[in-house]
Amino acid sequence: MKILVAVKRVIDFNVKVRVKADQTGVETTNVKMSMNPFDEIAVEEAVRLKEAGTVSEIVVVSAGGPQVQETIRTAMAMGADRGIHINCEGELEPLAVAKLLKALMDRESPDFVIMGKQAIDDDCNQTGQMLGALANRPQGTFASKLVLSDGKAEVTREIDGGLETVSLDLPAVISADLRLNEPRYASLPNIMKAKKKPIEQVTPEELGVDVTPRLETLKVEEPPVRAAGIIVADVDELLDKLQNEAKVI
Amino acid sequence: MAVLVLAEHDHATVHPATLHTITAAAQLGGEVTVLLAGENCGAAATAAAKITGVAKVLCADNAAYGHHLAENVAWLVKTLAGEYSHILAPATTFGKNIMPRAAALLDMAQISDIIAVEGPDTFRRPIYAGNAIATVRSSDPIKVITVRGTAFEATAAEGGSAAVETIEGAGDAGYSGFVGQELSKSDRPELTSAQVVVSGGRGLQSPENFKLIEAVADKLGAAVGASRAAVDSGFVPNDFQVGQTGKIVAPDLYMAVGISGAIQHLAGIKDSKVIVAINKDEEAPIFQVADYGLVADLFEVLPEMTEKL
Ligand SMILES: Cc1cc2nc3c(=O)[nH]c(=O)nc-3n(C[C@H](O)[C@H](O)[C@H](O)COP(=O)(O)OP(=O)(O)OC[C@H]3O[C@@H](n4cnc5c(N)ncnc54)[C@H](O)[C@@H]3O)c2cc1C
Ligand SMILES: Nc1ncnc2c1ncn2[C@@H]1O[C@H](COP(=O)(O)O)[C@@H](O)[C@H]1O
Repeated sequence: MKILVAVKRVIDFNVKVRVKADQTGVETTNVKMSMNPFDEIAVEEAVRLKEAGTVSEIVVVSAGGPQVQETIRTAMAMGADRGIHINCEGELEPLAVAKLLKALMDRESPDFVIMGKQAIDDDCNQTGQMLGALANRPQGTFASKLVLSDGKAEVTREIDGGLETVSLDLPAVISADLRLNEPRYASLPNIMKAKKKPIEQVTPEELGVDVTPRLETLKVEEPPVRAAGIIVADVDELLDKLQNEAKVI
Repeated sequence: MAVLVLAEHDHATVHPATLHTITAAAQLGGEVTVLLAGENCGAAATAAAKITGVAKVLCADNAAYGHHLAENVAWLVKTLAGEYSHILAPATTFGKNIMPRAAALLDMAQISDIIAVEGPDTFRRPIYAGNAIATVRSSDPIKVITVRGTAFEATAAEGGSAAVETIEGAGDAGYSGFVGQELSKSDRPELTSAQVVVSGGRGLQSPENFKLIEAVADKLGAAVGASRAAVDSGFVPNDFQVGQTGKIVAPDLYMAVGISGAIQHLAGIKDSKVIVAINKDEEAPIFQVADYGLVADLFEVLPEMTEKL
């Protein structure tokens, strides 16, 4: 089986993001960037399936400026075989990314596509579902378990009420939730090996995709800050404050 | 302007998240139509017709919608979309699963998780785990939107008298099927609508110790929540998780016990009226957002609270 994994380069999840003074966005200069955590999980799942012999080739894809090649290398150090860098500058909305991935699906004919459920920068949680629609293939979103057999994927999904399992005909689109697995750290030898793996470059024009944004960001602001609270001495004081000051119990 | 709201329901009753979504829909102006896609869902359709602010209910009662499979429901939404300027759904796992698929079928962008309506084409939404709030304007002819329930009051479940119109289904895509589900059962209030939430983190150390949280929660009539670490460690099921990728809560009182206060957790609790933190580490970041902090060992505090409440 061949699989396509989509990865996004985002501000590292440990960084406290700061809104720019001119309200045009958030500060990204000299800020640590990493692979979106959900995408690491997607890559890890792919690599485990390859180690188990189910999957023969893992193609990793990222869309963005030249820096996203670093993220592709990270995925290759974890075990992906080759990379495709869709080279384009500027904001990419999930619909545009989904169209780019659809074009690659047509070209590469993977048995399934796996990606993160949500990018932790835009927090959109859209791309996988959109790709499913555009490719006219089923989707298994928020996956916490994936079992492949007989041309089908059985996906256990994390939903608000608990867990749900669906059965999807392949090819399908799967989006990874946090509990699908725990991603590995790439070893030094694998990081070295990844440097020799091929990364192909394509442009949205070559894929025939219009990536013009549909949304305009008018401004980006700081959220309201919570006023500083107090430290109470003991349980009695806490309960007293909750009853008589805050009046919430 | 005509607004379509995709209702979340269990075929018999309408999920409260739908009531919050209808409030957002009403703020757009124009008539609100509710789409109820389900199987043997007449009771839910009748309930939807009584919701204040609803002008019409479209009921698609069909086996294809029995388990809300995104492939089938999104297609139904697409076939109906032409008559509407806006299509809304709650930003729950139900809405998040279906709506982007419908948006892409329509070649429209989606505006996820809105917290305010600024105008018919302009909305506010949190990004970066709520560390920034973006105001965005859409140029698409149909605005496809998911709504964060805690940001909009619930409209009244009674008071309306909309007509229910039965519509045909749009068929079964045929490439996905429902296998089963494991739903958590609880007599406690639902996390996202509870007035009081008591949450435990890694500091609880074991599933058994979570009983200490439950005991306090029961005294307060509260819902029980958890951090990701507590869920990952198997103390409680996944649907207890509060945060950026779990549930967003906004109770009158949120108690975080043995939770450090990572930004991803705070993303889910920031709109709570009062936040209490109980943690033995006085440096824990949770204290920066807490209205009342207690630096103490939770294994002493929780039994004492249960006794005194
Ligand atoms: C992409 C991504 C998404 C995430 N989404 C979420 C999310 O939605 N929700 C979420 O919660 N997390 C999320 N996380 C994880 C988050 O970053 C933290 O790892 C997690 O919230 C930590 O959980 P915790 O506070 O229980 O554990 P810890 O950080 O380990 O904190 C445990 C706390 O318990 C205290 N403690 C220990 N023993 C006691 C005692 N006896 N008495 C009192 N206090 C005690 C300690 O002092 C410590 O502060 C996400 C992470 C990533 C990367
Ligand atoms: N520019 C991109 N390049 C590659 N994959 C992406 C890109 N943007 C989003 N994705 C994938 O889509 C997932 C969901 O993103 P989003 O819909 O933006 O929350 C991410 O976790 C990635 O796997």
